[in-house]
Amino acid sequence: MLDIKNLHVKADNKEILRGVNLNVGKGEIHVILGPNGSGKSTLMNVILGHPKYEITGGEIFFEGEDLTALKTFERARRGIFLSFQNPEEIPGITVENMLRTAKQAVTGTKIKILQFHKELLALMKELQISPEYASRYMNVGFSGGEKKRNEILQLLVLNPKLALLDETDSGLDVDAVEIVSQGVAKFHNENNSCIIITHNAQILKHLPVNRAHIFLNGQIVKSGGAELVSEVSERGYAPFEVES
Amino acid sequence: MKSYIQDIERALYDVRDEDKSVYKSDAGLTEEIIRDISTRKKDPSWMLDFRLKSLEVYKKISLPTWGPDISELNMNEIVTYVKPNAKQVNDWSQVPDEIKNTFDRLGIPAAEKKSLAGVGAQYDSEVVYHSIQKRLTDLGVVYTDMETALVEHEDIVREYFMTLVPPKDHKFAALHGAVWSGGSFVYVPAGVDVKIPLQSYFRLNAAGAGQFEHTLIIVEPGAKLHFIEGCSAPRYNVTNLHAGCVELFVKEGARLRYSTIENWSRNMMNLNTKRALVEKNALVEWVSGSFGSHVSMLYPCSVLHGEGARAEFTGVTFAGKGQNLDTGAIVVHAAPNTSANINTRTISKSGGSATYRSAVKVTKNAPFAKCSVNCESLMLDDQSRSDTLPVMDIEGDEADIGHEAKIGRISEEAVFYLMARGISESEARAMIVRGFVEPIAKELPLEYAVEMNNLINLELEGQL
Repeated sequence: MLDIKNLHVKADNKEILRGVNLNVGKGEIHVILGPNGSGKSTLMNVILGHPKYEITGGEIFFEGEDLTALKTFERARRGIFLSFQNPEEIPGITVENMLRTAKQAVTGTKIKILQFHKELLALMKELQISPEYASRYMNVGFSGGEKKRNEILQLLVLNPKLALLDETDSGLDVDAVEIVSQGVAKFHNENNSCIIITHNAQILKHLPVNRAHIFLNGQIVKSGGAELVSEVSERGYAPFEVES
Repeated sequence: MKSYIQDIERALYDVRDEDKSVYKSDAGLTEEIIRDISTRKKDPSWMLDFRLKSLEVYKKISLPTWGPDISELNMNEIVTYVKPNAKQVNDWSQVPDEIKNTFDRLGIPAAEKKSLAGVGAQYDSEVVYHSIQKRLTDLGVVYTDMETALVEHEDIVREYFMTLVPPKDHKFAALHGAVWSGGSFVYVPAGVDVKIPLQSYFRLNAAGAGQFEHTLIIVEPGAKLHFIEGCSAPRYNVTNLHAGCVELFVKEGARLRYSTIENWSRNMMNLNTKRALVEKNALVEWVSGSFGSHVSMLYPCSVLHGEGARAEFTGVTFAGKGQNLDTGAIVVHAAPNTSANINTRTISKSGGSATYRSAVKVTKNAPFAKCSVNCESLMLDDQSRSDTLPVMDIEGDEADIGHEAKIGRISEEAVFYLMARGISESEARAMIVRGFVEPIAKELPLEYAVEMNNLINLELEGQL
């Protein structure tokens, strides 16, 4: 589904990604582990074409199509979704309006207002988001945890093919991580894929992880199975720095 | 982001005192012309005297020395602005394409378009208009044009006319006093709740309306009114000076909501004066949108004259290419326990300049005054300008004054966030701009909110 080959990326004249190779198949869940500042978030943003980053080498293919020439919204419409590490606050646009507009954009069909409203409220209930948040402005005045649950709400509404979750669990208490984890489990099936950046095995509890990657200094230095996650939990990243 | 407060700018208060220094002869505007206007309008003799006195004042006062540059206005040729019948084009083909296109895209029917542009036949709203009239008359409400009011309710007009905005206030108030024509008159008797909003929309083509129109609204004690003035589609006039005047008298315990969208054509100098006198425990609510015109200077003023009087001001200004819109609000706290809220959004793009200018004055007679000012500005590109000039002049004790100002640009991270949800770049930007004005838009009458959204979309197209 996603095929990244030897990807090099610069921002502000500094090389951040230094030859990333990653192949995520249909139905797979991949986990990326790595210390802060290693370039994990950059990779997520580059997959969606953030204008701040310049690709200096390599390729990104999604379902066989070269993504690099496409604009961000075109990539989103192809079925790529990013759960942001720090979701933006957008005053004056309600959660419901934005999500309906987005749903219309990604599906290319007109969305019925009342039916959408019902579905949205049902999903919000599952994520334990109180219904009045539908008419609140996007992330404005939301707590950190509310913003993250709101990202998962968007994931479930937009139902993409590939979900990129950038530390969706960070800053959440145990109960909130559980809600998020169940939300991702609800989303995932054999036809879609996830890349999950995390420092914490908790979010993976309900998820069948296929591959895990250790990310250091702008590169994947080691790939393996789900067992890598517990290895990192126990020993940290230091052993992998030696390996790289 | 930046936010700053300028030193107190006396000019906002001192306009009425700073005259007599520069005498400019305005060759054009003569007593003869004023007499001619007065005769044609069949004024009572006191109104002729009023006009002539205003003319004298007009000749003595110089142009304001602050605010946007209005030197393009050739005051020596003022007569060309004032002369009757000069202002309407008589041929639809002379109306600029930019305005015709806007009408088309706003979906305004053909008959109405011509009427709104100031050409052609009467806007066909007579039926609607008369049915409203019947209901109002039953309540004892008077809603008519100023000329009719001057005949049928002469005593009321004489008691109030230009007492709140006296001609000596500033040059354009004096000009207005001399040459005013058209406008609306509303009188709501004590205790009457006018449940339907009154819209001056219906009388756009009333004789002489449009350039120096006078709006006089009196809401007697305990009464309630929502008045909607103007029209959100641009009106095209050949001449380019608009110096209207609005006087609102809100008596004890009364409520008046005054909503307006001003969308003059892009050749217009809009120098409008609006003021409300708010008595004990009364409330005035201003909802004000400024979109069109070449230059605007517009600062609706609330004089909180009675104890516990309140004012709410909600405004949005959108300055595009070639526009310099200087707008805001004035509040004078002149009695104890008075309170006011000012909440504005300004947008500038394509080299347009938008200035927020406000003055809050708390007099010695106004202990425990409360005022909160929130003004936010959004610049859509690097060529555009935005300034914020909130002035506070606090003489009273125990005043509670809050002020928040923000000037910023569209957040590129917010655009990316929306695009990451599949929303196109232009739609993402338009959504952010609409979101920015949303707190104001929701205060507007629905049809105006819809048209404001359409206008914002039109304004943003081509830009994005």
